[in-house]
Amino acid sequence: MSGIFASMIDGLLIGAVYGLAAMGLSLIWGVMDVINLTHGATIALGMFGMYILFSAFPVNAYLLLIPIIAAGLLLGLLIYWISVHWVIDRPQLASLLSTFAVNMMIIGIGTAIWSTSPYNVNFTLPGITVGAYTFTGNHMAAASAAVIIALALELFLYRTRMGKAIRAVADNREAAELMGVSSTMVLALAFAIGISLAASSGALVSTLFPFTILSGASYQMKSFVVTVLAGLGRPFGALVAGVLLGLLEGAVTPFIAVSWIPLIEFGLFVVVLVLFPRGIFGRATA
Amino acid sequence: MKRLVLTIFVLSTLFVTAGFAQNLTVGFTVSKTGALNVDSLEQYRGFELWRDQVNAAGGIKAGGKNYKIQFVSYDDESNTKRVQQLYSRMVLQDNADFLFSPYSSSLTATAAIVTEQYGKIMLTTGAAEGKTYTLGNHYLFQMFTPGAEYLKGTLDALKAKDPKATIALVYEDASFSVAVVNPAKAYAQQLGLNVVFTEAYAPNTTDFSAIIDKVIASKAAVLLGGGHYADGSTLAKQLYEHKVPLKMITLLVAPDSDKWTELGDSAVGVMVPSQWEPQTAFKAQYGLSGADFAKAYTAKYNAPPSYESAGGYACGLVLQRAIEQAGGPDTAKVAAALNATDITTFYGRTKFSTAANEHGLQIGHAMVLAQWQKDKSGLVKQVVWPLAAKSANLVYPIH
Repeated sequence: MSGIFASMIDGLLIGAVYGLAAMGLSLIWGVMDVINLTHGATIALGMFGMYILFSAFPVNAYLLLIPIIAAGLLLGLLIYWISVHWVIDRPQLASLLSTFAVNMMIIGIGTAIWSTSPYNVNFTLPGITVGAYTFTGNHMAAASAAVIIALALELFLYRTRMGKAIRAVADNREAAELMGVSSTMVLALAFAIGISLAASSGALVSTLFPFTILSGASYQMKSFVVTVLAGLGRPFGALVAGVLLGLLEGAVTPFIAVSWIPLIEFGLFVVVLVLFPRGIFGRATA
Repeated sequence: MKRLVLTIFVLSTLFVTAGFAQNLTVGFTVSKTGALNVDSLEQYRGFELWRDQVNAAGGIKAGGKNYKIQFVSYDDESNTKRVQQLYSRMVLQDNADFLFSPYSSSLTATAAIVTEQYGKIMLTTGAAEGKTYTLGNHYLFQMFTPGAEYLKGTLDALKAKDPKATIALVYEDASFSVAVVNPAKAYAQQLGLNVVFTEAYAPNTTDFSAIIDKVIASKAAVLLGGGHYADGSTLAKQLYEHKVPLKMITLLVAPDSDKWTELGDSAVGVMVPSQWEPQTAFKAQYGLSGADFAKAYTAKYNAPPSYESAGGYACGLVLQRAIEQAGGPDTAKVAAALNATDITTFYGRTKFSTAANEHGLQIGHAMVLAQWQKDKSGLVKQVVWPLAAKSANLVYPIH
């Protein structure tokens, strides 16, 4: 197997996790027009959630995603009522600032509890070796889990009454309310799902790499890139864009130093914003 | 009359107290949080053990007085901006008499700007980069062997074992690692060894997949590099998980920590250039023996000392001797005593350069190469190079 092929497979696997992280941001942004700056902090909380649960119950770490998704929903509802509900009809800057404030609170409390020292989830699944290259079991499991969660969300949005309500509110909140949809409940649920997606992506990342309470920041930045690539309001598009971003990373790293990757990513971010302001998949209705 | 007796009593008490136990304040920062936490904490324990032993013995005896040591220290969060603020604070507000360095070359380079500006003596440990000492400093004294020497032992051992081996240099893009790897690359070429891949990574890197793929593609048999604990331990773990067929791995700093054993099988065979190991039995001209240091340290912290801990303790020991030689804490006199220092302690020889173009650079101390090997009791760190100091044979290849 050639180096570039192996590198692209690695990129594809981690790209699915980037995609899952971005889905949460994309859903909230698309449905509520809120740029959720607690995104990175909740990714980090997902990492520590996995660490705590795995320390207490050393079973297959990927089974622990279920309680983390549930806890993420509850946390999302809490953050919604604390920082978003009261400012949702105000200019976008208000929700930006209020979510930033909650982000700082989470980081501050997290630093007090866990410091900023690195933690690990010591769980390893056997990998697959092809020629000189080995693809770790954890990367494959994390990518598979990300795709399953993304598909479940897609089914929820397009096959359930509540999912339809979320898409209706995203399209036209007033019209949805006239049709008897409780927009407050729908917005709270959409926010909770977004936070839960962020937390579950953090939990997956924690099975791959060491992390600190500050680790969510870099995934938040990648989530912005992926969300802009995908366009707003179509979470599954974010998963595809995440995979594409991972593939791009994998394709270019054999030829340039890894430290140049952020420059390429953010260069792409600017190019897409200028040439495709609605994202490469266009703005779909949620 | 009663008042006179009371006054004499109070004054004499003050006089006696002042004569027998003045306090000297030593300031430093510790990375209690952040990426440098593991190594920095071990360095701090070395400082702390030295202070406790000195104070338990009545303090430093110099010029007919006893000086007890008190510390003022803060958490620098592994952050250079915090170091700049905190070293200024320790000099200006806390009135520190002497300073020890923070952990790591980059934090120390920042602290050195502040301490030199205020003419304060700072002994540096956990900081091997040599460039800081070429900037015309007068009060900076380095305990660690400079970075240029770090990988020489590994390359000499490789030359002896497998002169045709191909080398990958993968290292943290930070001042210390760069100061180690650049001279190592030149030395490898001087020895006729073949460096086939070189790449630096950002200090906060956690995903090494892309670099590992490149190492595999380069067909390197040996990997040298790393940086500090967080990145080094992650790199070793991921090299193992990706089953990279390397015959030798030498990483900077990280494998010296006792926490390295937590990596399990990923830890086996990995080597570390070390400033000091408990097996290196130097005959101490001053202070306690290596065995006594290791015993006291293990008793206090329930863990064996690393070379960062040894460097921390030795830092205090060398300052203590300089104050004794100077007859007190006068900065100019202590600096002169440090300039004249040429002493062997449990940590090895310490001698500072007095040349104008590298003042304070460590020129007396020598390093060893240690390797994590498996024996009946589990993972054990053995000295494998130089041959004269070895406690076990070098395991090569490791896979």
